[in-house]
Amino acid sequence: MKRFLWPLAIFILLVGFLAVGLNLNPREVPSPLVGKPAPAFDLPVLHQPDKRFVPADMRGKVWLLNVWASWCVSCREEHPLLVEMSKKGVLPILGLNYKDKGEDAQRWLKQFGNPYQLSVVDADGRIGIDYGVYGVPETYLIDAEGVIRFKQIGPITPAVLEQKILPLAMALRK
Amino acid sequence: MIPELGHFALIVALAIALVQGTLPLVGVAQRIPGFIALARPAAQGLFLFVAFAFGCLAWSFYSNDFSVLNVATNSNSKLPTAYRIAATWGSHEGSLLLWVLMLSGWMLAVSVFSRSLPQDMLARILGVMGLIAVGFLSFMLFTSSPFERLLPAAADGRDLNPLLQDPGMVFHPPMLYMGYVGFSVAFSFAIAALLDGRLDATWARWSRPWTTAAWVFLTIGIALGSFWAYYELGWGGWWFWDPVENASFMPWLIGTALIHSLAVTEKRGAFKTWTVLLAIIAFSLSLLGTFLVRSGVLTSVHAFATDPKRGIFILCFLAVVIGGSLSLYAWRANRVAPGGRFELLSRESMLLANSVLLLVACGAVMLGTLYPLFLDALGLGKISVGPPYFDSVFMPLMAPAILLAGIGPLVAWRRGEPAQLLRPLRWVAIVALIGALFVPLAFGRWAALTSVGLLLAFWIFAGTLAALVVRFRSTTRMTPAFLGMLLAHAGIGVFVIGVTLVKSYETERDLRMAPGDTATLGGYSFRFDGVREVRGPNYEAARGAITVQRDGQTIAQLAPEKRVYLVQRNPMTEAAIDAGISRDVYVALGDAVDAGGAGGTDAAAWTVRIHIKPFIRWIWIGCLMMAFGGVLAASDRRYRIATRRQEDASNPDATLLRRGAA
Amino acid sequence: MRRLLVLVLLSLFVFSSMANENKPVDIQTEQRIRQLSEKLRCLVCQNQSLADSNAELAGDLRRQLHEQVAAGRSDGEIIEFMVQRYGDFVLYEPPFKSTTLLLWLGPFVLLAAAALVLVATLRRRRRAAEEPALGADDKRLVERVLGSAAPRREHDEGTR
Repeated sequence: MKRFLWPLAIFILLVGFLAVGLNLNPREVPSPLVGKPAPAFDLPVLHQPDKRFVPADMRGKVWLLNVWASWCVSCREEHPLLVEMSKKGVLPILGLNYKDKGEDAQRWLKQFGNPYQLSVVDADGRIGIDYGVYGVPETYLIDAEGVIRFKQIGPITPAVLEQKILPLAMALRK
Repeated sequence: MIPELGHFALIVALAIALVQGTLPLVGVAQRIPGFIALARPAAQGLFLFVAFAFGCLAWSFYSNDFSVLNVATNSNSKLPTAYRIAATWGSHEGSLLLWVLMLSGWMLAVSVFSRSLPQDMLARILGVMGLIAVGFLSFMLFTSSPFERLLPAAADGRDLNPLLQDPGMVFHPPMLYMGYVGFSVAFSFAIAALLDGRLDATWARWSRPWTTAAWVFLTIGIALGSFWAYYELGWGGWWFWDPVENASFMPWLIGTALIHSLAVTEKRGAFKTWTVLLAIIAFSLSLLGTFLVRSGVLTSVHAFATDPKRGIFILCFLAVVIGGSLSLYAWRANRVAPGGRFELLSRESMLLANSVLLLVACGAVMLGTLYPLFLDALGLGKISVGPPYFDSVFMPLMAPAILLAGIGPLVAWRRGEPAQLLRPLRWVAIVALIGALFVPLAFGRWAALTSVGLLLAFWIFAGTLAALVVRFRSTTRMTPAFLGMLLAHAGIGVFVIGVTLVKSYETERDLRMAPGDTATLGGYSFRFDGVREVRGPNYEAARGAITVQRDGQTIAQLAPEKRVYLVQRNPMTEAAIDAGISRDVYVALGDAVDAGGAGGTDAAAWTVRIHIKPFIRWIWIGCLMMAFGGVLAASDRRYRIATRRQEDASNPDATLLRRGAA
Repeated sequence: MRRLLVLVLLSLFVFSSMANENKPVDIQTEQRIRQLSEKLRCLVCQNQSLADSNAELAGDLRRQLHEQVAAGRSDGEIIEFMVQRYGDFVLYEPPFKSTTLLLWLGPFVLLAAAALVLVATLRRRRRAAEEPALGADDKRLVERVLGSAAPRREHDEGTR
């Protein structure tokens, strides 16, 4: 009698997993870089091509690195939020302009607002690969020692900002 | 007006399904003949209303009624007629309606072709099918109605996904669904038998042709899907172990185990609880597949636009139907009497081993498909499981099954005679070894895996031929069932040859060609004659011209295309294939390089992908042989003899006495 | 004529595969890059390897592979490079580690377990039905003599 219960038992276990699975996103690739130092780079700055930027320049500060592009439609979703954040001076936001053309990027910022302290230009996407970028937009929260503490895949929503990014940033500042 | 009529028809259908799913079952339990008699007319009425609803949706597509949301999202006025109609099932909602249509179609068939079934058995079967229909109709009406209006109506539609604008779309989903849904008949037979407490060889005899028919459709559906992917997707693959493909393959594996297990139950009255369990599992896997494709739990190129709310509904439905049936099984299975004895070497034990191997293979496929979900759910990280895993796990599991299939038909029922077996077995082994060692030499390259594959294929060919010879020499006549089995097993061999030779000897080149350039591959030379712009009914394309030559003779002019559909604007590749029994020559266009403008035909050069695929068509020919074998087997006369059964219908004791020896 | 053909072929080899980049490449490297890209997954596609994908990111990653191979790194190092940045998800074939033990061994454990159960069931059956089975003629005789009162083997209360 007992052995006839096996199929049912296995099925119940399966349903449990499937139920949990309904809340997960199978296409999201979490970053293995969280908790590791942000990869170094040395890139020219948008608007000021003679100037160069390295992440070490931001040591001592907690900041956001936002990967964006003028050809990216989803970026427009989060952009107003970023602009507002920069006006309030909540967190310094730096941009990584990914696989874009300089004039298009500048024009886009002019049209939609520029929340970035500065944007670096990653024209061929190499630095993106170092950061494990596989889509745009993506955002990294980096702490004062230059370690990546959080990665947001896709546009930043008010919910994510309030529940994840801001509390973490506050905690890191102490 | 018409969409509203269709919607109304679905509501009426739900009401009928509710009646069909409850009253006949109550009628059998409480012995109310009036309720029992409701089953047939209810099933037939259900079919009428569902067919009508389907017709309304199809008409909306055909007549370009863009005030219907589904039509506006999935069709377009420039879409050719055949695809406009096929777009009826090109979306989540539409394909659900197709599912229910198939279900009611099978119900109709059962209600018509069941003169030999006892009334209460029929009532229970149709009752269970009615309950399934209730689930799907409710799902449609409450979460995914295909008849939702879009007001104000769109001026034109968003067009059907270009990948679906293909004859494959016309045939593959209907065939596949006929198969998937067809297992609901076997399922209902099993549930009816468990409810009844009567599980014997006669039950198996009734159940067999229905199950085989469903299996045939599923085989054709999967083969069509594979063939379609091959010529449509542009990189020459024919099976990707994609989650949705696996979702259709798992029921096929269990369905194969089921038809073999039913054979034993019918002939020897053995394996009854095992067969019932397989029937429940086969249909459960169909339902699970439905869940996986529509809930967003797994990513797949086939997955419909997902909505967790729908996922919850289907999951609950799954839990009720499968959980309920497995509980019934756990409760009632121990009441079934054991069947006949058999020795370790006997056809029964070989078929049992076959069942076990197929079940384990199915388990492996399920493990691979759901493992990323398991790990993610447990917070243990994110991995992906792709073809390399499935290939390395599945093939070793199938090899023993193929070996068994080669010699199984030679082993007697109940007690195999080792001496009798050894004679043909020796011959089989020799043929297999010769084939395995010498065929690779003909291709010029030897590899261990190639030989293993060929060994299996020749083994099963030789074994099947030996079984034919043995039967020919004996006094038993050749029945369609027997010939069907031989044909299907030979089909497996053909399939294995196709897979082995393609995987071992396919060659490809991916290169940049300018007009006038020539490349060689596998003894063929390919001359790129440039690209020109053409217009299709609803797309613009850059059409390449490739001249294929062998030994100086032109054997084909291939015209691969890079299309951009006017509405959705995604670029799509149409490969050009020169088909042949012994090889396919496959050419696809990549991107324009060094172009002045994007994709312009003034482009100096294009990337071109050239493949030579030896014996690839054998893969689908093998599948067709398997399907045709199934058709032969199901058409056997003994399933259509209704003489004795009619008395049995009114005398339940008669069945208990009959021991089902065929 | 043949020399021209050879020249054309050679130049094709030179321009082959990495068609989007105009870097000269030899057959060995092309093979290695192809093999490596078959082991890695295209992250933005549905279930395709880097080798088969036409996506832009796939092209970028293949170019990375090309550079790493040219720089003389070993296969293991290159794969590790990718995994460091994208995690295990980027491996087309799941890695063999503690969390995937069940995945890789599962099917074979299942097979072994099923085989054991199968053999045990078969042995049990042989020992179970102890009464001598009647021959076909004897069975018919019994049925004819006893009529509908013949002992039935199929019984609802049969034990298992």
